[in-house]
Amino acid sequence: MAMIEIDGLAKSFGPVAAVRGVSLSVDKGEVLGFLGPNGAGKSTTMKMLTGFLSPSAGRASICGHDVQTDPLPAQSVLGYLPEGAPAYGDMTPRGFLSFCARVRGLKGEAAKSAIARVVARTELARVLDQPIETLSKGFKRRVGLAQAILHDPPVLVMDEPTDGLDPNQKHVVRELIREMSPQKAIIVSTHILEEVAAICTRALIIDRGRVVADGPIADGRIAFRTSPETGAPGELIADARDLDDVFRALTARPAAAA
Amino acid sequence: MLKGVSAVFKRELAAYFATPLATVFLVIFLFAMGAFTFYMGGFYTNGQANLAVFFSFHPWLYLFLIPAISMRLWAEERKSGTIELLLTLPIPLAASVIGKFLAAWVFAGIALVLTFPIWITVNYLGSPDNGVILASYIGSWLMAGGYLAIGSAVSAGTSNQVIAFVVSVVISFLFTIAGAPLVIDGLSAVLPLELLGTISSFSFLTHFNAIMAGVIDLRDLVFFGTLIAFFLFVTAVLVDLRKAG
Repeated sequence: MAMIEIDGLAKSFGPVAAVRGVSLSVDKGEVLGFLGPNGAGKSTTMKMLTGFLSPSAGRASICGHDVQTDPLPAQSVLGYLPEGAPAYGDMTPRGFLSFCARVRGLKGEAAKSAIARVVARTELARVLDQPIETLSKGFKRRVGLAQAILHDPPVLVMDEPTDGLDPNQKHVVRELIREMSPQKAIIVSTHILEEVAAICTRALIIDRGRVVADGPIADGRIAFRTSPETGAPGELIADARDLDDVFRALTARPAAAA
Repeated sequence: MLKGVSAVFKRELAAYFATPLATVFLVIFLFAMGAFTFYMGGFYTNGQANLAVFFSFHPWLYLFLIPAISMRLWAEERKSGTIELLLTLPIPLAASVIGKFLAAWVFAGIALVLTFPIWITVNYLGSPDNGVILASYIGSWLMAGGYLAIGSAVSAGTSNQVIAFVVSVVISFLFTIAGAPLVIDGLSAVLPLELLGTISSFSFLTHFNAIMAGVIDLRDLVFFGTLIAFFLFVTAVLVDLRKAG
């Protein structure tokens, strides 16, 4: 069984269907680039996968634990960076990470070494004792990232982890994801398509609440299987550098239809 | 469960003191308590060595000051987005609800304990019945817990702290005066007697006055305990409902 299983997940907010039957699975060693236009349902899908929202239909499981019926074991093996990397602004990164460690059941030396490890990896040492609300966007994002990987989870879900980072910081985060990827199942949502080619082993495009393309990335080439409604041929092999064009071809629609 | 309660409790309690909230609240609380007791209550002039005057103002001060603590409990998490973090960490929802409530309740307890100079004053001036005073302190703290639980439930229903504050004050007011003549007389024309009895039994004032007499009756303990449990349950339901979007 794959470490992340999503089966027919759907979510409606009143009359608005945000996600309309998304199924996917991610195995150990895979880094799935989760792509799609704004409002396509990326974040909503992630919120359902992580147990923040209850789905209207379908189910999701993490390492075999159903997120709906068995949330705590599922969330214990999950690291999640929500959209916008929320963190308690009045706390310092040190206090915040200690809180997360306590929640994760890490105590004493184990907590200390886990915090030291993620602080080093996300380069937070300089701001460890400043209130989070006074930090720059890049540091805030890295605090969120540190929180997500604190317990070295087998499953990582990150909603736009590099948003708001400068090119150097982006590089650091990508390296971090690449290093961790062999041992974990990772989902990363992003709007930066060159990032997908750089770190992901697979790309998935979601549009208007449905998966429209899904395929592995190898040697700089993506072999997409596309859904019929996109109008594209079922198989679509593209150079990863042309992902931008593919993305637009699959998800852009005439102004009148949109 | 316990691990979650303790982690949330510690984080929340520290959060009060990490911001000016704790200082501002404590200063205003103590100042208001003093002002009401000495000026409006005539503590010196009534010539009695007890703290009845002091405690009699507690429900009215709590009415406005407790919602000021409770309004942030859930509304702030929702506004800042940290609720997504809290609800995706492996913490049972009940543990978050209880941890947050306990932190607020302990904070209210700290404010209450800091009124100790008035207890020293009354013991210096005369020889009050300290048993009655202790019972009153415990009763006051229980009542604060009741107001906090109401405020917690209201805060869980909104992401706007101002709305949380105003609605909490109104609901708390209804619970405070449920047994007062103003309410009972007005309702006696339209409601049967048994129902009036039920309504007035929900009055904070009735229960607190009973405790202030110096006896902590099991019924009063059960009342505040049940009320707190009920509103914390409502809090959890409201937080969970939001998950359904």
